[in-house]
Amino acid sequence: MMIPTSPALKRTAAGGIAIAAGLALAACGSSGSSSSNPLTPTASKGSVVIGSANFPENELLAQIYATALAAKGVKVTDKFNIGAREVYYPEVKSGAITIIPEYNGALLSTSVDTSSTAATTAQVDAALQAKLPSSMEILIPSAAQDKDSVTVTQAFASKYHLTSISNLTPYAKTMVIGGPPEFRTRTDGLVGLKKNYGLTFKSFDPLDESGPITLAALTDGKVQAADVFTTTPQIITDHLVALADPKSNFAAQNVVPLVYKKGVNSTVVSTLNAISARLTTAGLLAMDKAVILDHADYSTVATGWLKAVGLPS
Amino acid sequence: MSFFSYAWDWLSQSQQWQGANGIPTRLVQHLVYTGLSLLIATLIALPLGVIIGHAGRGGSAVVSLANVWRSIPTLGLLVLMVIILAFSIATWLVPLVVLAIPPILVNAYEGVIGVDRDLKDAARGMGMTPRQVLLKVEIPVALPLILLGLRTAAIFVVATATIAAEIGLGGLGRYIIDGLATNNYGEVAGGAVLVVALALAVQVSFVGIRRLVVPAGLRQGAAQT
Amino acid sequence: MIWSWIPDHLGLIWQLTVENAYLGLVPPLVGLIISVPLGIVCVRWGWLYPPVLSGTSIVYAIPSLALFVALIPYTGLSDTTVIIPLTLFSLCVLVPAVVDGLRSVPEPVRQAATAMGFGTLRRLVQVELPIAAPIVIAGMRVAVVSSISLASVGQLIGISSLGYLFIDGLQRDFPTEIVVGMACVIILALAADLLLQGVRALLTRWQRGDADVATRRVLTRLTPGGAR
Repeated sequence: MMIPTSPALKRTAAGGIAIAAGLALAACGSSGSSSSNPLTPTASKGSVVIGSANFPENELLAQIYATALAAKGVKVTDKFNIGAREVYYPEVKSGAITIIPEYNGALLSTSVDTSSTAATTAQVDAALQAKLPSSMEILIPSAAQDKDSVTVTQAFASKYHLTSISNLTPYAKTMVIGGPPEFRTRTDGLVGLKKNYGLTFKSFDPLDESGPITLAALTDGKVQAADVFTTTPQIITDHLVALADPKSNFAAQNVVPLVYKKGVNSTVVSTLNAISARLTTAGLLAMDKAVILDHADYSTVATGWLKAVGLPS
Repeated sequence: MSFFSYAWDWLSQSQQWQGANGIPTRLVQHLVYTGLSLLIATLIALPLGVIIGHAGRGGSAVVSLANVWRSIPTLGLLVLMVIILAFSIATWLVPLVVLAIPPILVNAYEGVIGVDRDLKDAARGMGMTPRQVLLKVEIPVALPLILLGLRTAAIFVVATATIAAEIGLGGLGRYIIDGLATNNYGEVAGGAVLVVALALAVQVSFVGIRRLVVPAGLRQGAAQT
Repeated sequence: MIWSWIPDHLGLIWQLTVENAYLGLVPPLVGLIISVPLGIVCVRWGWLYPPVLSGTSIVYAIPSLALFVALIPYTGLSDTTVIIPLTLFSLCVLVPAVVDGLRSVPEPVRQAATAMGFGTLRRLVQVELPIAAPIVIAGMRVAVVSSISLASVGQLIGISSLGYLFIDGLQRDFPTEIVVGMACVIILALAADLLLQGVRALLTRWQRGDADVATRRVLTRLTPGGAR
């Protein structure tokens, strides 16, 4: 092993040892937080905390909840744009987040019961009610759904006569599929596509949450298929085709509030149920268009919708 | 569990070292982003800095420019590029080059302008043309600072390329971004360790390059590196 | 660019700017408090300086995002997770600045002060530090501008700053938000820089000419390029 002799290398080595020693001390001496995963924060107290995932539709839904609850005099704090479910689910479980807008099927297969085969709304809800940890519950789901999908461009669909995910079998080996980073490991992501349809893709490209990066990758041909959420307004404007899912790899995904039981009272519950009762897929799509394509404010669109459906805002 | 134990657990899994998402692949991507940007930034900024220094003026403008440049938020520039240009080489090349230019430019300028006037006079006295003075005296004497600028730019580009994973690019930053997305702290920690190791390797390489390229007499004279 | 978005969102822009300013100004200030005594020590016991310098140059090479995530097990997803690394980066700039500044005090001046009966502490405070001030302030300028800019990267671990405008603009394909965010970061950084230049001018009315050259040297040699 070469022994450093020049002054410069000696200095670098000395500094390096100092840094390493310091870091080693820090590593040994850390007691860390009480939870085992560093990305899980500890619970906080106070007002109702409404969180959202890191994509616009979810922030919009959270804003609707926040506005409606504030109108009923509930003290609300928001913590939007947290991350994907893998990040915020533990926060709801511990009560650091009180309410978050969820999608029942994805919630079930990602965080609650990864082996679940529930497919319809009724099956998914029943499974959730049975298996959610006791600190949490789902309220009454809405009719509105926003599902993950395997989506291709119109041109690609026409060229290979694709209408359903099962049609991809001969081509998957040559296709790059894209989606949010978590699509690689989620049960209804690559794993589920392999299990339910026998598809093995050439590679996976981690992009974003059905946002401009995913859409650009699809239309530019960087990926041949992508997980595009079904209420993404660009499906219409970019002429994309969401392939049919006959084997229900993606279960029903109704919008439903996931709540930390001890953080909500009857006012909160009834307000949120009233919202869910009036939310439809068409309404959600229209709001997504306003927020994503027209760049309207989340709060403006939320208030507008509440007024339109006759709820206090 | 500490940061290092998470990182070690993840790094010691053999599957992390194979395939399209494996460490060697991501490392090569990171090196490509770094190498190409550095090359282009050097081709632009080094001659420019040397020429301005040789001309002897424009110093305060150079420093003011560097300060403005230093304030440009990396994440913002990357995001803006991907929104405007979608997927093209320019999406990552432009921000990395733009942000690497100031250290190279300012240091080249300072290096050349700091050359002792006596040295330049002596060279001219020996009959050298201005061009020869530049090539045989000013640039060699400025070499330590020029290399410092290149080294700073290199470290800086390695760091910025890490963030580029946020806009769907590859490279070692992929592990940090994907790990955060899937609540897999092992991946996050492993990625961080890899990126730091690369940055330090770059640092050390430049110390080595300096030994090779800068004449011993100048090395002694230079302040700190 | 949708210019009308700006007046409609002044509240949001202001709130994020304040958050970013906090995250960008606390680290250099804490860094200054640490680096002045540390620099004095390095000047007094010169053998300490090379390893300290190597240490800081190694830390400076570490990408900011890597440091942020490395701290998560210890400080969670909080402001501290961003402030500690930014403080370390500020130290990398400020310790050399303090050392260079103190070393720039001409020996005859130091000796004259001692001859006039100044004790070590009084000489430090009334003679050496004021002379070192322009160089230290030059270092502060670099540290402040870098910190304000880097703070926005904290948005990637959910720490709110002007970086929110980048992420939301990315998600909604909304360049206006991104451009406004970038402009605010740059304006905030340059305002802080101007403020520091003003402080220097006030403190060193008697030293203006030399200070410019010294400042330029420092700004170059220390950290030529800081937004990472």
